[in-house]
Amino acid sequence: MAILTREEAKKIIDKVLAYSKADETSVSLSGNRTGNIRYARNSVSTSGESDNIALAVTAVYGKKSGTATINEFDDASLEKTVRRAEEIAQLAPENPEYMPMLGPQTYLETKTYAESTAKINPEFRAQAAFDSIDPCRQKNLTAAGYMEDTTGFSSIGNSKGLFGYNRSTGVDFSITVRTADGLGSGYANPDVNDVTKLNTKATTQIAMQKAMASASARALEPGKYTVILEPTASVELLQNMMRSIDARSADEGRSFLSKKGGGTRLGEKLFDERVTIITDPQNPELPLAPFSGGGGGGGRGGGGGDSLGLPQEKRTWIENGVVKNMYYSRYWAEKKGVKPIPFASGFIMMGGTQSLADLIKSTDKGILVTRFWYIRAVDPQTQLYTGLTRDGTFYIENGQIKFPVKNFRFNESPVIMLNNVEALGKPVRAGGNLIPPMKIRDFTFTSLSDAV
Amino acid sequence: MNRRDFNQLLGMGTTGILLPSLPAFSRPVTPEILLEPGLDVATKKRLADAAMNAAKSKGATYTDVRVGRYLNQFVVTREDKVQNIVNTESYGVGVRVIADGCWGFAAVVDAKSEADTAKAAEKAVAIAKANAKLMKQPVQLAPQKGYGEVSWKAPITKNAFEVPIQEKVDLLMSVNSAALKNGANFVNSILFMVNEQKYFASTDGTYADQDIHRIWPLFTVTAIDPKTGKFETRQSLSAPVGMGYEYLQSNPADKVTGITTRYNKGYDMLEDVTAAAKQARAKHTAKSVEAGKYDLVLDPSHLWLTIHESVGHPLELDRVLGYEANFAGTSFATLDKWQAKNFNYGSKQVNLVADKTQVGSLGAVGYDDEGVKTKKWDLVKDGTLVNYQAIRDQVHIIGEKESQGCCYADSWSSVQFQRMANVSLEAGKTPLSVQDMIKDVKKGIYIIGDGSFSIDQQRYNFQFGGQLYYEIKDGQIAGMLKDVAYQSNTQEFWNSCVAVCDERDYRLGGSFFDGKGQPPQSSAVSHGSSTTRFNGVNVINTARKI
Repeated sequence: MAILTREEAKKIIDKVLAYSKADETSVSLSGNRTGNIRYARNSVSTSGESDNIALAVTAVYGKKSGTATINEFDDASLEKTVRRAEEIAQLAPENPEYMPMLGPQTYLETKTYAESTAKINPEFRAQAAFDSIDPCRQKNLTAAGYMEDTTGFSSIGNSKGLFGYNRSTGVDFSITVRTADGLGSGYANPDVNDVTKLNTKATTQIAMQKAMASASARALEPGKYTVILEPTASVELLQNMMRSIDARSADEGRSFLSKKGGGTRLGEKLFDERVTIITDPQNPELPLAPFSGGGGGGGRGGGGGDSLGLPQEKRTWIENGVVKNMYYSRYWAEKKGVKPIPFASGFIMMGGTQSLADLIKSTDKGILVTRFWYIRAVDPQTQLYTGLTRDGTFYIENGQIKFPVKNFRFNESPVIMLNNVEALGKPVRAGGNLIPPMKIRDFTFTSLSDAV
Repeated sequence: MNRRDFNQLLGMGTTGILLPSLPAFSRPVTPEILLEPGLDVATKKRLADAAMNAAKSKGATYTDVRVGRYLNQFVVTREDKVQNIVNTESYGVGVRVIADGCWGFAAVVDAKSEADTAKAAEKAVAIAKANAKLMKQPVQLAPQKGYGEVSWKAPITKNAFEVPIQEKVDLLMSVNSAALKNGANFVNSILFMVNEQKYFASTDGTYADQDIHRIWPLFTVTAIDPKTGKFETRQSLSAPVGMGYEYLQSNPADKVTGITTRYNKGYDMLEDVTAAAKQARAKHTAKSVEAGKYDLVLDPSHLWLTIHESVGHPLELDRVLGYEANFAGTSFATLDKWQAKNFNYGSKQVNLVADKTQVGSLGAVGYDDEGVKTKKWDLVKDGTLVNYQAIRDQVHIIGEKESQGCCYADSWSSVQFQRMANVSLEAGKTPLSVQDMIKDVKKGIYIIGDGSFSIDQQRYNFQFGGQLYYEIKDGQIAGMLKDVAYQSNTQEFWNSCVAVCDERDYRLGGSFFDGKGQPPQSSAVSHGSSTTRFNGVNVINTARKI
């Protein structure tokens, strides 16, 4: 029941719209089936599966809007929900920034759905967990992991004739392996749309190797180092920066993209010329939802607010170090006389052809970082973040990994980091993005941590 | 609903303040629904009994049932606009069982009949039996006496949902207007209000009906300097509390005067925002801190978060045992350190307690989510580690006979597990005022309000910022500082504690949305302290050029 076809979804949405009496009405209908398995201390701790389907109706009178939701789809329930949304709208205060709903749109075909993932059942999850736990048990290592799979659909429609439908699947797997004495720890965290591309046994092997290799770490003095950041390490810093490229904040003077004296830094070169970041809903490695917003189960794509229903297209955000695009809500775009650009998650940072091993080989002295942890903003003005290395940090000398090192705390800005690029490798998928392993000079570590 | 969807719901977009998540299956309702009473106790008992009987007939050896109704109201504004008003309700029943020695859980949304809850119970037993095949050791549940039919109500004096929305909008509009008049360019202000109506029943013979209220008024003001192109912010010095709307009725006795006014059990939002706007403006010309070692004087509005991260989390037994290794992490406070009975967590001045009964706190309840009557207990006594936080299936590991009563689920649809109690630093026993504390400091920084925070996965190394920083020179406050963050190590930090002000200065801070678990659940928890001094802490300068 949770996964409706395009036709089934359209039929329900059309029925809801037929009941509406408001000036404008939009409907969002989405559902998903999600399952998970969690384990720790080499034993499964929890597992579960849930189905969820919800229909949300937004009714608008003038600039007043109200939303009501329902998970039953008989005629009486649907009509009652429309009336409730209308009632809530009448009581709501005016939103001076309200934008009229969009008319019909054209959306790209994107391949966010894989039948293999939709077929995952509890036995499959138990086997995936066993494949991860068993090799650890055999080597006297301790596994803690989590796998979550989601199959969902998302559909939107409104009284101006807009309709969109998308279905998607996704699997996120994370594994931490620790040595029995607690002195070594390793981690890996792949995510895929198509579960046939996930091998929990092979992924766990990576975490096992890192756990064994990271035991008995030596302390290095904190300071500025050349680092090789695996995509699992850099992803969150880059995502944080990409989420901040909003035009309104910049125009208002409260963003790292605000210009001294007013305006934004759109068009300025802020990064090394090798830095190019795009989004592309049709990339086969990283397919994204074709429209903005619409609730759960629609796959990555992001957006919402007054951008609901805007098409997601291939878009260049940063090209050769120059800021090429920023997010514009429809309200802000109208105010500034430009085209609205919806928020998009799932970005692609262009890289080269070198592997992680190639980057290590070409490094005289440096630190290899598997992962960063507990990243928090210190100063939004400069995009300064703090956080720590975790689960596998190694010293490199003369092109070789020499020994594990104790974890560091860093205080660094992704803006500075992307100016200090030494080399970029071949992008791989991490946290729903495609990111190259990168070699960065003068990365700032400010203290040491005893944590393993 | 995940955090991103929730941000969209509130229309905060990418510039949003960090927001708590709504319970699962929340649906928008009219404000009037929030005042409806929900099911009567007799009906809830019938639904629970049906589930317990069904589970038993399928072979469960233990069952607990949570009938939950979770209500939320959020009013969100910026400058002269109401951005969003959200009223939500979530109702359902969660059934947890032990069958074949293993836990199983199932939940049902909008449970209407005994048949609904019985079906969920049967599903929970089936899941327990399936999972039992993968289990290494059967669950060992600490014995718990039944309390019969009992109830507990948070001692509030004014239910926030009874206050008309217009009155709340008017308050926030006056707050925003005061901010703009006093030097702010932008202001976001929010009122969060929560009511958890929870009914717990177990085969131990407890039927506990509870009514829990929480409120959090907050704002952020931003002041821009067009000449330099820089911006500075100051957030509210309010605390989220386990109170009703009376928290917003300010009382002179609840104000702590000094370099800036801070608040105890009553918050004057208008006064605080007026000060905040001026202080955000003043930050533009404040001196950038010189990195080095300083004695820190930390206000309770700041210290609560350091306590939360460096004491509350590492002393959660599930982290110590490794159950959170793949996500939140483990803990430096390993069992051998506790067993040694001489691990110096802090100096002799440091007494840290866990308390699920503290009046007005976010964590206060009568009974936890597995039917254990709540209490207060020592974690660190005279500087020595003496205990952890543990629940019924864990306490045997630390030699306790009964659970400490800190089990919690954020919704009827989530499985309950070990969560942090209110963890607080006890006030100093000898009389000491903040003024007298500062008088003794030669080179120090006085920090007020919580800011940036980060700590490693075993809770050794941390870094904290704040909202307001004042330089202390030779016992006097010398002026405002900026670009301040301190870094330390948990054990070193708490051992550098040399003085704690007395109980006159004791106040609560707290977190409305502490996250833990996979899939993640959020919980609300308070942390109390008086102003406290730590000597020789490493301070860094966070200014950068991009």
